[in-house]
Amino acid sequence: MAMRSELSINPGIELRNAQLELHHFQVRLAVAAGLVLLSFLLLTGRFFYLQVVRHGELYTLAEANRIAVVPVVPNRGVILDRNGVLLAHNFSAYTLEVQPDRVANLERLIDELATVVEITPRDRRRFRRLLEETKSVGTLPVRTRLSDVEIARFAAVRYRFPGVEINARLFRHYPQGEVFSHVVGHIGRINPREVEQLQAEGLSANYRGTDYIGKTGLEHQYERILHGTTGVEEVEVDSGGRPVRTLSRASPVSGNNLVLNLDARLQEIAYNAFGDYKGALVAIDPATGGVLAFVSKPGFDPNLFVDGIDALNWNELNTSPDKPLVNRALAGTYPPGSTFKPYMALAALAYGKRTPQQTINDPGYFMFGGHQFRDSRPGGHGVVDMYKSIVKSSDTYYYMLANDLGIDAIARFMAQFGFGTATGIDIAGEATGVLPSQEWKMRRFNQRWFPGETISIGIGQGYNAYTPLQLAQAVAIIANGGTAYRPQLVSAVEDHRTRERAAVDPRQLRALNLKREHLAVVREALIGVNKEGTAARSFANAPYLSAGKTGTAQVIGIKQGEKYVESRVLEEHRDHSLFIAYAPADNPRIAVAVIVENAGFGARAAAPLTRKILDYYLLGKVPPPVRRVKDDDASSS
Amino acid sequence: MHPAARRLAHSLTRNIDGTLFGIVLALLAVGVLVLVSASNLSAMRVTGQLGNMLIALCVMWLFANIPPHFLMRLALPLYVVGVLLLVAVALFGDVIQGARRWLDIGITRIQPSEFMKIAVPLAMAWYFDRHEKTLRLANYGVAAVMLVIPVALIARQPDLGTAVLITASGFFVLFLAGLSWRVITGAAVAGAAALPLVWSVLRDYQRQRILTLLDPSQDPLGAGYHTLQSMIAVGSGGLFGKGWLNGSQTHLDFIPERTTDFVFAVFAEEFGLLGCLALLFLYLAAISRGMFITANAPSLFARLLCGAITLTFFTYAFVNMGMVTGILPVVGVPLPFVSYGGTALVSICLGFGILMSVYSHRKLVQT
Repeated sequence: MAMRSELSINPGIELRNAQLELHHFQVRLAVAAGLVLLSFLLLTGRFFYLQVVRHGELYTLAEANRIAVVPVVPNRGVILDRNGVLLAHNFSAYTLEVQPDRVANLERLIDELATVVEITPRDRRRFRRLLEETKSVGTLPVRTRLSDVEIARFAAVRYRFPGVEINARLFRHYPQGEVFSHVVGHIGRINPREVEQLQAEGLSANYRGTDYIGKTGLEHQYERILHGTTGVEEVEVDSGGRPVRTLSRASPVSGNNLVLNLDARLQEIAYNAFGDYKGALVAIDPATGGVLAFVSKPGFDPNLFVDGIDALNWNELNTSPDKPLVNRALAGTYPPGSTFKPYMALAALAYGKRTPQQTINDPGYFMFGGHQFRDSRPGGHGVVDMYKSIVKSSDTYYYMLANDLGIDAIARFMAQFGFGTATGIDIAGEATGVLPSQEWKMRRFNQRWFPGETISIGIGQGYNAYTPLQLAQAVAIIANGGTAYRPQLVSAVEDHRTRERAAVDPRQLRALNLKREHLAVVREALIGVNKEGTAARSFANAPYLSAGKTGTAQVIGIKQGEKYVESRVLEEHRDHSLFIAYAPADNPRIAVAVIVENAGFGARAAAPLTRKILDYYLLGKVPPPVRRVKDDDASSS
Repeated sequence: MHPAARRLAHSLTRNIDGTLFGIVLALLAVGVLVLVSASNLSAMRVTGQLGNMLIALCVMWLFANIPPHFLMRLALPLYVVGVLLLVAVALFGDVIQGARRWLDIGITRIQPSEFMKIAVPLAMAWYFDRHEKTLRLANYGVAAVMLVIPVALIARQPDLGTAVLITASGFFVLFLAGLSWRVITGAAVAGAAALPLVWSVLRDYQRQRILTLLDPSQDPLGAGYHTLQSMIAVGSGGLFGKGWLNGSQTHLDFIPERTTDFVFAVFAEEFGLLGCLALLFLYLAAISRGMFITANAPSLFARLLCGAITLTFFTYAFVNMGMVTGILPVVGVPLPFVSYGGTALVSICLGFGILMSVYSHRKLVQT
């Protein structure tokens, strides 16, 4: 055929046979027809391959296309105080959300959105921060809690804003605000590190669709209980992922509720009682270890964190010299000061180093190795027995005692009360504090212990450093006669549907080997403190019998031969005021440890504060609105 | 029927080829059926397309009544005007979606490349007919140049689909005019050798389309998305299809361009393999009729023109179904008579009008 074609275009042949010409053409046409048939055969083969051979697979793919499995986020459990007061709950609101990856110029978009709904500078800052933090696909809220009017206005111009949507969402709210900020904690948007952790724990599936996770406090500790089980909805979607209709639904299971041992009113009264002072208070039910109040002042508004805090507020909280983000009750460590003395007295009795009646002479100082350890009372307390040593808070008595006991005996004895050990309370971030010993010092500083260092340990100074929670746990042990319980914030888990409560049983950590008569001596003295001792004024006319011990913790050391004059010392260097107490003394229902930072003697700030909360807890007496404690101080001193 | 009415009816229909017309009507019926589904029952789309069909049928009737020798006289002027318009597009054209294809002529915008689908084979057929008695290799060269100029202009607009179709139509003219097999083989070898060069000239999106053709699953959400989704649609249709209006890929918007270039995926999903074979049969019938007319055409001009029209029609159908089923790259070629849109429909019907004209005027020329 090729030869014929050659012929047909050979210039040498002038005259052409029309028939031959036509024949050649028809051959070409036949070839073309063959090509057509071949091509259609190829198509037929392809159709067969796709529609018969791969039909099953492609049909499945089409179904998978069509059906999206959409997680249905469960309602987070609420948190209630012991009387059913809401401390954390959810409310439903509309948010304006943006899909950052669908928007070219976010700034301009937000500018344009601001002409439709109000967008405050705070909203912008928060959005920017969220954008930096998440870096993931999905939507981010620009504005929360839209009003009906705003929703209507946005809906009318919605077409102008591709990638912007309005969603109904449940929001976490903490109605008690800063009062419970440290203990209840807060939730926040899940960050990449938490995503990894959820993956590692195999919880990713249950968090599909969940944007928030507990970050601090109880919200963090009880995350699994509060979160619930994510439901699944099979939805027919179009290619844009927009749901067309629901095919099936497995409902989510809401998270369960937490019922706390905390008493919201008690907590609030305690929080307010601090006035402008910083500090911490922990109140425990000595019979169970249930935590009745857990205050760290100042607090902060946890609601700021829920949807991502904006940079301005964050910086303010984070750099404030008052450190509102620190949970002082849990992670703050302080020297216990004279509140350490009752335990020292118990140690003396236990090791047989003192009898209750044995007296010492307190000239106002104790000499050791050429060093003068001064008593807080110039001139001393004269003849002092064990009762008086506690009631009047003699330092000299305990300098001597500490020296007689030795550091390791002290450390061994104090360890039973939980000093220097995490209590195991049900929120994270607990500090262990420091219970000094020879071994501890070697470990910590690689230095041997100097006997002189033991002296001030006796009055709760020196290396001693404990959390207010540890102080409360310890005094609760005295109150209940020698049983250490793990402090417990949650008293029960409430089923979200049936409201049935599963109680969290008190966890006994250990029973201390304390002799009844030894305890009686110390408890008698603690009653004396409130009756005729350092806290007598604070507890004057109390209709119940209470036991307490004042304490003053030095913030700075005073040089030899110098005198501590409060007015000369910077406020942040002034002594901390401490008080431990329990009441009623004969049948204790509440044990308290309070520290008021930079407020001076324990008798002055911490003891009156304790009186207020005992009055409320035992008598239901609500204190009048507090005056500013500092002004009060100024006028009285 | 009244004799006058009968005469009128005869004069109106005497140049219409009944067989071809029947096939066209059947294909148009399929087009309407599929469009109703593909457009989600959009009355606007369907009536719009019915209007397009009416216009296209009028054009077909018009060209069926234009004698071939008249067309032959128009061939060169039409070609020259077409090329000039393409140059004008290149210089002053409006850019729509990144391509410069449209020319604003005051009243309306026109797309000269579409017009060249007929003008190019027409001019080439005219040229070969003129030199029928003294055909040399050089004549093929000239004809090839006549082809390359508009194709180059269209390809750089860029409009790959139209360029492919015009190249095909021009090639068919050359082939049917008896271009030596040696030259064809040589050109094929040279073309293969020139592939790297072509690659370097292609736009990014064109390269992407070719790369995705080789492995659509490589980029399922990006460039391969269209092909993958249309393959899923076709395959999920199975033997009998999901039924008219029941294609989930179609109605949930997974098929891209589902009323136009990818309308075959809609058809295949809802009517299955049996529907596809039926449609293939209709196309084959149209092509066969075209070939029959071509074979019986009285002059070289008519033969070449009809052959090119028929084979270009085949190319439309093959390339479109090939790209939807994933064996050819995605180029913008509509499925003839079925895809939504007026331009391609009109140009195809115009071609079919010419086929009919050639057939009905065959004896006139012979005598």
